[in-house]
Amino acid sequence: MTLRPHARKGRHSGKYALVAPATMMILCIALFPLLYSVVVSFQNIDVRTPVGTFVGLKNYFDVLRDARFWNALGNTALIMTVCVTAELVLGFILAQTLIGPLPGKRFITPLLILPVVIAPLIVGYTWRMLWDTQYGPISQVLGWIAGRPVEIVWLANPATVWPAIFITEIWQWTPFMFLVLLAGLAAINPEYREAAEIDGASSWQVLRFVTLPLVWPVMAVAILFRALDAFKVFDIVFALTNGGPGTMTETVSLYAYSVGFRNFRISYMAALTLILIAIVSVAITVLWRRMSANQERMA
Amino acid sequence: MTTRAVESIAPAATRPRRGRHKARAYAWRYALIAAALIFFSFPAFWITTIAFKSSSEYFRNPPVWIPANPNIAQNLEKVIRTGGLTAIGNSLIVTVSATAIALVVGTLAAYSLARFNTGGNNFAFWILSQRFLPPVSVVFPVFLLFRVLRWVDTFHGLIILYATFSLPFVVWMMRSYIREVPVEVEESAQVDGASRLRTIVSITLPLASPGLIATGIFTFIFNWNEFLFALVLSRTNVITYPVKLTSYFGPESAFWGEAATVSLIATLPVVIATLLMQRYLATGLTLGAVK
Repeated sequence: MTLRPHARKGRHSGKYALVAPATMMILCIALFPLLYSVVVSFQNIDVRTPVGTFVGLKNYFDVLRDARFWNALGNTALIMTVCVTAELVLGFILAQTLIGPLPGKRFITPLLILPVVIAPLIVGYTWRMLWDTQYGPISQVLGWIAGRPVEIVWLANPATVWPAIFITEIWQWTPFMFLVLLAGLAAINPEYREAAEIDGASSWQVLRFVTLPLVWPVMAVAILFRALDAFKVFDIVFALTNGGPGTMTETVSLYAYSVGFRNFRISYMAALTLILIAIVSVAITVLWRRMSANQERMA
Repeated sequence: MTTRAVESIAPAATRPRRGRHKARAYAWRYALIAAALIFFSFPAFWITTIAFKSSSEYFRNPPVWIPANPNIAQNLEKVIRTGGLTAIGNSLIVTVSATAIALVVGTLAAYSLARFNTGGNNFAFWILSQRFLPPVSVVFPVFLLFRVLRWVDTFHGLIILYATFSLPFVVWMMRSYIREVPVEVEESAQVDGASRLRTIVSITLPLASPGLIATGIFTFIFNWNEFLFALVLSRTNVITYPVKLTSYFGPESAFWGEAATVSLIATLPVVIATLLMQRYLATGLTLGAVK
């Protein structure tokens, strides 16, 4: 209703009024606090000093000298590399298996994609019960195969805690890769593949020189999406190990959380989160270029 | 259609023996699919059986796979006693309100971006980029702000936060759905004297309604599954179900029956919604990068 007086002026008027509420919300709830945290990051506020004084870049240098920060960053990079790679390979194999007509496909696909929409925290706690040494079925089944009781404390043993986290992550997100790659593969004109086959290309050559190059634009977006998400990983690790044993599996998000909300090192936390945003911004820019390139290609 | 696709699976050189190869190719595919189905559905099976077990059954070594007397009432009663259902109710209030606000505010902005390219591509990208920021970086400044406003542990605090961080998704998705509505339909309505807002509500949105419904359901799911914001901003008044779940797993104690039952109740609606929205899932999860 408020738009009416403007609407008479011309067909483009009112366009700013329409974006105003959304812009205001993002400015007030997202951007203004972020700018405030930039100010805080140059001070020395913590639980004992509620009113800070200016300390310049000290907090930023402290973060960069913080061994626990680098440990967490390394762990996050490890999860990103191992899980996104495994999800990509497994998701691609699954998508290749399900492409083309297959009796029962209508019922198979929905079952395979469900993990994607389950809350990551629920996934974490569910797998925590699955990995349980005494009451979990994983140790039990491995015991059947080994022929003797398997008593591995999966989530506290340094040798097994990473595989346990990886498998849980891979369980939740392989379906994402599968779903996106299935859509990407389905969009490829089958005539390209047929032409290559008529020319005598082996199935490996068809995959390497026809299918992969054609599905790559979609694949690249999927990888970037998953990598950005994996960088933020919090819920699953929180539920499985909460960063333990010790700080062995602590991710950057878990570390930032404990700095800010367990130790209340407010200025330090501000500097830390701004460094994380800087890291992510690089990846976001790459993703954005990719997405706009894809959009132009589709248009 | 069928024969053509099968030929592309079996190498061209083996066509004379196509029958046997076809059968072998199918056998391989189904074996792989069966393995995948077991892997991806087993955790769901396990959590469901725990919800139907008594505590003497889920804490037994070796584990029991099928409960002797499947009964969810005993766990449900414990969930109610420990405030699990209240937490699910809180989640419902927060998620539905935030989704509704984000849909209204976001769709208006999306309309402006779709029709007038308001602010250009950079503005659209600025909105979108909010979505990729690590939640832990976002929630910390918000926590500082909410502490001053005394919005910590309130419904309106969480609702506004969730609504704001749903906007990038809503704006981005609705922008592409509105673009698919031909602009000529709107022009004829405006010639008849309808205001801009009226045109949007009675002409554009009905035509974009499948996209609007899909966007709404996905926004609901993302907010429903959110944990970190709630963990930071809820104390005692507004505990959402993920925060409640953490209280079932202490260092010394574990309430598996309660946790499994809450997880099951919280996941069922999401699963049903996903099955209905399957067609839109790839698009929704990649912000329209994949159609």
